[in-house]
Amino acid sequence: MADLQWPPAANRHLIGKSISRIDGPWKSSGTAKYSYDMNPPGLLYAKMVTSPYAHAKITAIDTSAAEHAPGVHAVHLFTAVGKEVTCEGQEVAAVAADTEEQAEDAARLVRVEYDELPYLVADTDPTHAGAGNFRQNSEETQGNPTQGFQQAEVVSEGEYGLPVITHCCMESHGSVAQWDGDKLNVWLSTQNVSGQGGEYAQGLSNAGINFSASNLHVDCQVMGGGFGSKFSADTWGVAAAVLAKKAGRPVKLMLDRNVELLVAGCRPSMHGKIRVGAKRDGTLVAWESQSWGTGGVRGFGVPPIPYIFDIPNYSRTHANVLTNIGAARAWRAPNHPQMCYLTMTALEDLAAKLGMDPLDFFLKNIALTGERADYYKQELQQAAEMIGWKQKWHPRGDKTPGSIKRGLGLSIHTWGGAGHQGFCRTTIHPDGSVEVATGSQDLGTGTRTVIGIVAAETLGLPLEGVQVEIGDTKYPPDGASGGSSTVGGVTSSTRVAATDALNQLLAKVAPSLGTTPDKLEAAQGQIRVIGDPSKAISWKQACAKMGATPIVAQGQGGSRGPGRALISAGVGGAQMAEVSVDVDTGVVRMEKMVAVQDCGLVIDSKTAESQVFGACIMGTCYALHEEKIMDQQTGTCLNPNMEFYKLGGIDDIGDIVVHFMTDPMYENRGVIGLGEPPVVSPGAAISNAVANAIGVRVPELPMTPDRVLAALGKGGQA
Amino acid sequence: MRPFEYGNPSTVAQAVALLGPQWDEAAVLAGGTDLLSLMKDYIVSPKRLVNIKNIRALGGVREEKAGLRIGAAVTLEELYEHPGPLGRYPALRTAIEGVSSPQMRGMGTVGGDLLQRPRCWYFRNGFGLLARNAKGQPLVPGGDNRYHAIFANSGPAYFVCPSSLAPALVTLGASVRLEGPKGARELPVAQLFQIPKDANEREHAIAPQEILAEILIPASAASTRNATYEVRERQFMDWPLATASVALRLEGREVRQAQIVLGEVAPTPWRAEAAERELAGKTLDEAAAARAGEAATQGAHPLSRNGYKVQLVRVAVQRALLAAIA
Amino acid sequence: MPDQDERHDSPESEGSDGEAGSDQKPSKGFSRRQFIKGTGLAVSASVFATEGLLKAAAPDQAGAGVEGPGAVKVQLRINGQLRQLQVEPRVTLLDALRNRLDMTGAKKVCDRASCGACTVILDGRPVYSCTVLAIDAQGKSIETIEGLAPKGTLHPVSQAFVDNDAQQCGFCTPGFVMAVKAYLDKHPHPTADEVKASLNGNLCRCGTYMGVRQAVLEAATKMTRKGGRA
Repeated sequence: MADLQWPPAANRHLIGKSISRIDGPWKSSGTAKYSYDMNPPGLLYAKMVTSPYAHAKITAIDTSAAEHAPGVHAVHLFTAVGKEVTCEGQEVAAVAADTEEQAEDAARLVRVEYDELPYLVADTDPTHAGAGNFRQNSEETQGNPTQGFQQAEVVSEGEYGLPVITHCCMESHGSVAQWDGDKLNVWLSTQNVSGQGGEYAQGLSNAGINFSASNLHVDCQVMGGGFGSKFSADTWGVAAAVLAKKAGRPVKLMLDRNVELLVAGCRPSMHGKIRVGAKRDGTLVAWESQSWGTGGVRGFGVPPIPYIFDIPNYSRTHANVLTNIGAARAWRAPNHPQMCYLTMTALEDLAAKLGMDPLDFFLKNIALTGERADYYKQELQQAAEMIGWKQKWHPRGDKTPGSIKRGLGLSIHTWGGAGHQGFCRTTIHPDGSVEVATGSQDLGTGTRTVIGIVAAETLGLPLEGVQVEIGDTKYPPDGASGGSSTVGGVTSSTRVAATDALNQLLAKVAPSLGTTPDKLEAAQGQIRVIGDPSKAISWKQACAKMGATPIVAQGQGGSRGPGRALISAGVGGAQMAEVSVDVDTGVVRMEKMVAVQDCGLVIDSKTAESQVFGACIMGTCYALHEEKIMDQQTGTCLNPNMEFYKLGGIDDIGDIVVHFMTDPMYENRGVIGLGEPPVVSPGAAISNAVANAIGVRVPELPMTPDRVLAALGKGGQA
Repeated sequence: MRPFEYGNPSTVAQAVALLGPQWDEAAVLAGGTDLLSLMKDYIVSPKRLVNIKNIRALGGVREEKAGLRIGAAVTLEELYEHPGPLGRYPALRTAIEGVSSPQMRGMGTVGGDLLQRPRCWYFRNGFGLLARNAKGQPLVPGGDNRYHAIFANSGPAYFVCPSSLAPALVTLGASVRLEGPKGARELPVAQLFQIPKDANEREHAIAPQEILAEILIPASAASTRNATYEVRERQFMDWPLATASVALRLEGREVRQAQIVLGEVAPTPWRAEAAERELAGKTLDEAAAARAGEAATQGAHPLSRNGYKVQLVRVAVQRALLAAIA
Repeated sequence: MPDQDERHDSPESEGSDGEAGSDQKPSKGFSRRQFIKGTGLAVSASVFATEGLLKAAAPDQAGAGVEGPGAVKVQLRINGQLRQLQVEPRVTLLDALRNRLDMTGAKKVCDRASCGACTVILDGRPVYSCTVLAIDAQGKSIETIEGLAPKGTLHPVSQAFVDNDAQQCGFCTPGFVMAVKAYLDKHPHPTADEVKASLNGNLCRCGTYMGVRQAVLEAATKMTRKGGRA
C-alpha cells in the first residue's frame, strides 16, 4: 500500500528538486491565452463610463445617444440616478459595440450629470481628516505600559508611514462572457475559479436575469497577476455577462489601465507615532503606538502592532481614515508589510539609540517572538552569514568619504499559509496515461507544476507522465488562491487522490505479481515489490491490467481532509538588505538582498525561489518607488498610469540571494504556503539599511530622493 | 482616441499644406510616443495626423562644415548609432542614454523629443497646460508639485520642460530649422521654448502650420568640453528629476567660457547664467564646480514639495562640470 | 477615457490646444458640478469637420492626400506574411494584431508606451505596438512572437525563459522575449550590465528580473554557439 505521508528526503525524485514550470513554454512562446486574449466569434468589446469625481450624487443619466451610436449592441448601468459615487473611477455604465473604438466612442456619449459632494482623498491623520472621516477602531493595552516605560532606560520615539499603493496587475481585471442558452461561459481573470457561482447568480438576478450557479462555466487557464485583488468577478464581471445576454453576442470587458489603478487595487496606507523602550542591555519592555491608515471609504481592518515581538507592556490605538479612493483589496500578505514596516523600523531606531547592533538587539529579544523563536534565530543567523553582516555592518552613518554611503538593514516576518480546502481528481487510464484535475488556478506561482510534481512522485512516474488540468469549473472545486493557501491545498488534495488511485491500481496488479498490494510500490515507472526490484512490471503493463474502466480517485485537501497531516501553517523569515545611498542626490539603490525563508516542505525549489525573488523585487518597488498620489484639491488621482505609478525595472534591482530552511525540523511540518511571507519584510529591511547608511531615518516610504534629502536636511518637503 | 484622417506626405511642402492654422486641425505625427498617448487621453484631439516619417528630407544625420545636421525625424536610436559625431558631443550622448528604454529610443525622434508636451500630471489629467481648476485658480502651488518647476514658477506656468535633449542642445548652441507655409526660418533651440503667458499660448515658439525640420549643432561646439548629468530615481525609463548640461571652453584648466543649462526645473530649458559667470576665468576643480553648482540655484523658488530640486541642481551642475573635464 | 474632457473647464485649457474640441467646450465660469459626462455628438461632429478639411486639402496637393477617418485598407507584413485589413487610421498596431488578427501574444497593459508588454519588432527595432498606428506600420517588416519559432518549437530566447524561470504570471513575458530577441539580434555577446540596460523599457509586476537576466545571457550563449539566430 502506498503511504499518504510525504516520502523521506532520500526517496524523493521530484519533490524539492529544481524543476522548470510545465506551462513555461506556453507562456514564453506567447501562445498562452489569457482572458484578455479570448476572441470568440462575434465578440463585442465593452468600455466603461466611470465617475470623474471622488464623491458625487448622480442627478441624471442619459444613454440614448450611446445606444444609437454606430456598432453599439447593448448598454448596462451599474448605478442609478439618485445614487452616490464614492471614488473617482467608480463604475457607472458600460457599452458593448462591434469594435473597441466604437465602444469607446459610444461610452463617451453616455451623459451623466452629478452634484459634487464633499470628499477626502488625502492620506491624512485623523486629526486633520475632519469629523466623520475617521473611525477610532481600537484601543488595546497589555501589561502596564506606564510602568513599562518607567522601567525603560532608553526610549525611542518616531513617526513612520507608508502610503496607499495599488496592485497594478499586468493583466487588468475583466472577463469575456458568452451565453450558450441558459449556460454562461466566462473567461475570467481570477484567483478564485471555483468560487464565482454565487456572485454571478446574485449579480445577474439583480439585473433581472434568472440564472442558476450550476450553469456557470469559468475558464481561466492563465491569468496575468492578481496579488489578492482578483477574488471577486466584480461588478464589471457581471456586467460583461449582462451585456452579452442583452446583445446575444459574447462580450469582452477588461478594465482600462487608469480604471485598474483607480478602483481595482489598493493596499491601505499605515502611519504611526511610536514610542518604544528598552533596558540598557536591550531588553524590550514597553511600546506605545497611535496608528492610522486609509483603505477607502469603508476602511480596512485593524493591523495590530508591534508585529511579531510580543512586548510585555504596550498600549496601541488604530484609526481608519475614510477616504474617497478605490476600496482596499487584499494585497499580498494583507496588513503584514505595513505592520512589519512600522515595527521593525521603530525597533531598529531603538537599537541605534541603544548603540546596539540591531542583529544583536533582535536576538536579545528573540524570545518575545514566541513559539517560533528558534526558527527566527536560525534564520537571522543564516541571513547574517550570507550577507556578511558581521564584516559589513557599521554603526549608523557610513563614515567612508564620498557621496555614496552603504548600509545594512534587517527585518523578520511571519505568515500562516495553511493549505485551503479543495478537491483533486486523479484518473489513471488503461493505457497508462494519467490526468490530474482540480479547479484551481495559476497566478504565476507554478500551481500546475507543483500538482504535477506531487502526482508524478506519488505514482513513481516522470513529470511528463501526468497531465495536469486546472483553471476550469468542470474540474473538482478548489479554494481561492489567497493567503498563500494554494500550494498546501493542491498538493494535499493531489497526494490524497493520487495515493488512493495508486492503491486501487496496486490491488489490481498484486495477483499478477504473486503478492499483496501492501508489498508493492510505484517507482521509476514501474510497479514493483518493495525490497525486491527484480519483481516488477512497467507502469504501462500494470495499467493494462485494470480493464476498460479507468481508475478514478478524488482527494480532499486542506486542514479538514485526510491530507491534513501533509500540511501545516505558520512560517517565519528573515531578510537583510544592503543599500547604497547617494547622499547628495538622495537616490537609493537596493544593492543586495538576502532572503531566508521557511515554508515547510519545498515542492519545487525553482518556482519557490522565484516566489521569493519576486517578493523581494515587489518589496523593493514599494520601498523605493510606488505610491498612489491623490490630489485633495480636485479629488483626482494624479498618477493612474504606469508612467508615474512607478515600478522598478530590471536595472533598478540589485542582487538577491534566497535560502530555504529545509532541515527536518522545518520539512517535517509538511507543505506551507510561500507566496506572501517574503513580501512582508523588504520595506522595513531596506528602510533600516538606508538609516544605517545615512545615519538618519527616512520615515516615510517610498524612499524617493525628495524624502531622503529631507531626512538629511538637504531640502525636500517642508 | 477620436477618429482622424491620416496624411502620409513625402515632401515637407506637402506636409505643411496638410497642416492647418489651428492646433486642433492637424498635428504632426513622428514617433507618436507622446502624441498618441495625449490623444488616447483626449488631451489633444487633432482632426488630422500628418505622418512625417516618410519625408526623406527630415531624415539623416550629416556632418558638414557648418556642423552636425540632424533630421528632425531621426530617431534617438539612429542618432545614437553615429558614434563618431556623438563622441564630440558627450552632453548629447548622455542625454540620449537617459532615455533608457530601447523601444522609446527606437520610436521617439529628435524633433519629437523637443516638441513633446509637458508631463505635468494636472495637464495630463485634463486640467489644461496651466493646470487650473474650474474657477481658474492654479492647482500646482497647493497641489502635489514634486515634479514641477523651481525656476520661473510664479505663474501662470508651473510645468517643467520635458525634453531630454534640449539642455544639451541649448548648451551646444544648436539651432532648429522650421518649415512653414511662408518658407523656412531658423531659431536657436533656446528660443524654440517659451513660457506661455496665458491660455492661448503654447510652450513652443512654433506655429500650427510649421514643421520642425532639422537640428544643427554648430561645428564650433565640437571643440567644447561638454557633458550632461541627470539625477534619476530609476534606471527604468523615467524622467530625470533634474538635469544639467554644460559646455566649456578651456585654456588648460581655466574656463574661458561656460554654457550651463538645466533641465526639468523650469518651463523651458533653464540657463544658469550666475553659474556661468561664477566659472568664467576660474580654474575648474572640485571647489569651483561646487561654487558653480551653488550659483546655479540662484533665483530658485521652490514650491511646497519640490525644494529637493534645489539640491539636485547644485549636484547636477557640479557633476556635469566634473564630467566635462574628466 | 470618457472622464477626461470635461476637466477642460479651466479658461486656458482650450484655445490653441484644441483640447477636447470646441464641441465639448463649456463656457467660462461653468462649474464642474454642472457638467455632463461624455457629452453627445462629439464623435460625429468631429467626423464632419475632418471631411471638410479633407476636401480643402486634397485637390491642391497631388500625391499627398489623406485617408480616413473611416476605415481604410491597410496592408501589413507580419512575420513575412501579407495581411489585409480594413481599419480606421486611429487603430493601433497592437489593436490590429489583437482585435483584428487574433494575434494576442503582444499584450495590452499600460496602453501608453510605458511598460513594454506590447513589444513587437518593426524593421528590426523593438517598438511599443500600443503606440504605433497600424496604418503607419505599412511597408515595414513586423515581427511578433507568433512568428518567432515554428509551431511546436521554442525560440532559444523562449526556451531560456523557461529554463531560468524568467516568467511567473507570464503576461509581460512575450514583450520581454521580443525585446530580448531584438537586442540579441544586434548584440550577440552582451555583458550582464548591457542585458539590464537593454530591458529598461519592459516592466514585470511579479518580479521575474533575476530569471530574465540569466535567461538573456544563456540565450545569447546558445544562439551564438549555434552560429545563427532563429
